[in-house]
Amino acid sequence: MAERRLILLGLALALGCTAFLLWNLRVPMGFILSLRATKLAALVIVGAATGAATVLFQTVAGNRLITPGIVGFDALFVFLQTMLVLTLGGAGYATLPTLPAFLVETACLAGAGVALFGLLLRRGAGDLIRLVLSGLILGVMLRGLSGFAQRLLEPSEFAVVQQASFASFGAVDATQLAIAAPILGLALALAWRLSPRLDLALLGRDKAITLGLDFDRFVLGVLALIAVMVAVSTALVGPVTFLGLLAAALAHALLRQPRHAALLPAAAGLGALILVSGQFLFERLLGFQSTLAVIVEFLGGLVFLALVLRKAAR
Amino acid sequence: MIEIEGLRVERDGTPILHDLSLALPAGGITALIGPNGAGKSTLLLTLAGLIGPAAGRVRLDGDDLHALRPQARALRLAFLGQDQAQVSRLTVREMVGFGRWPHHRGRPGAVDRAAVAEALEVFGLGALAERPVSSLSGGQRQRTQIAMAHAQATPLVLLDEPLSALDPRYAREVMEALVAMAHDPVTPRSVVVVLHDLGMAARYADRVVAMKHGRLAAAGPRREVMRDAVLSDLFDTGLKLREVEGADVVLPA
Repeated sequence: MAERRLILLGLALALGCTAFLLWNLRVPMGFILSLRATKLAALVIVGAATGAATVLFQTVAGNRLITPGIVGFDALFVFLQTMLVLTLGGAGYATLPTLPAFLVETACLAGAGVALFGLLLRRGAGDLIRLVLSGLILGVMLRGLSGFAQRLLEPSEFAVVQQASFASFGAVDATQLAIAAPILGLALALAWRLSPRLDLALLGRDKAITLGLDFDRFVLGVLALIAVMVAVSTALVGPVTFLGLLAAALAHALLRQPRHAALLPAAAGLGALILVSGQFLFERLLGFQSTLAVIVEFLGGLVFLALVLRKAAR
Repeated sequence: MIEIEGLRVERDGTPILHDLSLALPAGGITALIGPNGAGKSTLLLTLAGLIGPAAGRVRLDGDDLHALRPQARALRLAFLGQDQAQVSRLTVREMVGFGRWPHHRGRPGAVDRAAVAEALEVFGLGALAERPVSSLSGGQRQRTQIAMAHAQATPLVLLDEPLSALDPRYAREVMEALVAMAHDPVTPRSVVVVLHDLGMAARYADRVVAMKHGRLAAAGPRREVMRDAVLSDLFDTGLKLREVEGADVVLPA
């Protein structure tokens, strides 16, 4: 049953991608197709990586209500952006060589992400309220620091930070994409290879250890993988807090089984499908610009609330 | 064989086990008994390798238990704790199948499937095999967990209060299954089990380890340990062991 649903999901994604590329295609076709293909590739890999990373994060954290974004990763991204602009200046930041800047930013985010997730999970794993509260407080702290630093910026520099702090799928750099795509592809393949061990990790730390999993080392490795996936995605398009939660929740609802070998592709496919179909709907059919991130956040937020309330009602 | 030498275990900086030395020979059922807070569960968690000693050492067939990697340990001992994993939508067969993980590392074969089928049969779970674990009663879940430990097919099985959620019928069936595991003529296993039901310990255990305040109070063959004076002193209340219709039972003195 899971296989059939995955195939249907794959078909839906292929259909969405085709529509995104070919709908209302006009001359010069080659140029427009190349623009659309770049954007489509960004949507697909960011959606897939965010969905899969959220499933990984939920598994090692032991609950289905959290995402890397909720526990402070997005605030960390904004903080790093602010610090970069503060230290380099608006002009210095804008004129940074694209590739090194992207790589440095990704490395900083990934390193800080491992530290953040490791700290939160070691101190609060298994205690959802403590975990979310710690993440929220860390997020508020980082946002406070960012806010303070932003007051020291010139208005033009502040505008640069603002622009970098919100997700945008419209202006993806092809060079960055060429680096990000293989990294995320590799990370997704690695995550899928870890599926049997992730299934075992679902049983909890003690049970997994007594069944032979070197749990702490495994979790550290998975956290590093998550940090790379989220860091690359965020450095590419900006933070989308609730996309992963939406994709993971839909993947669980679609498959109704906990095996990661099916769950990871489902969450990845749904993450990609949400972004591709959403962008197609708003950009091509309704003619809106820059609306997708807002809608995804809104729907993801609703799903988060529904999950929290359902859990509270039990 | 388990050899415990000068074991001291602390949790959150508080000493729980004090200078514990004990040897448990291979085979048979060893019951850990004692009042609440005696350190029975902590001892079992230490034997499972989930807690490291602050001092002393635990040897399993001559090897330092805490120096073994989790994979090697999982082939030598199975553990069933009080906190049980809840994974929604996982079926009973899948849950029991996790017991085979140390053997197949994620790629189950025919031997693993046969071992799971046998464990389901032994613990009367055949009819429930395709049911989600989350839909089971507390007792059925407990039997699923014990079946998982059975499927792991290790020479040593550690169980922490496995009868806590079971009605008398299933409690007896589980104890009889543990006896069968311990005295299997082909592959006998050593079973170490924390029991609060002294009647079960009196009836099924080969050896008894009595603990109080994190220290060893008594250890040895069941008849030697489960005496009126030892039990009364252990629980600070009058208790007596009597034979009723051929079975040992513990009664208030």
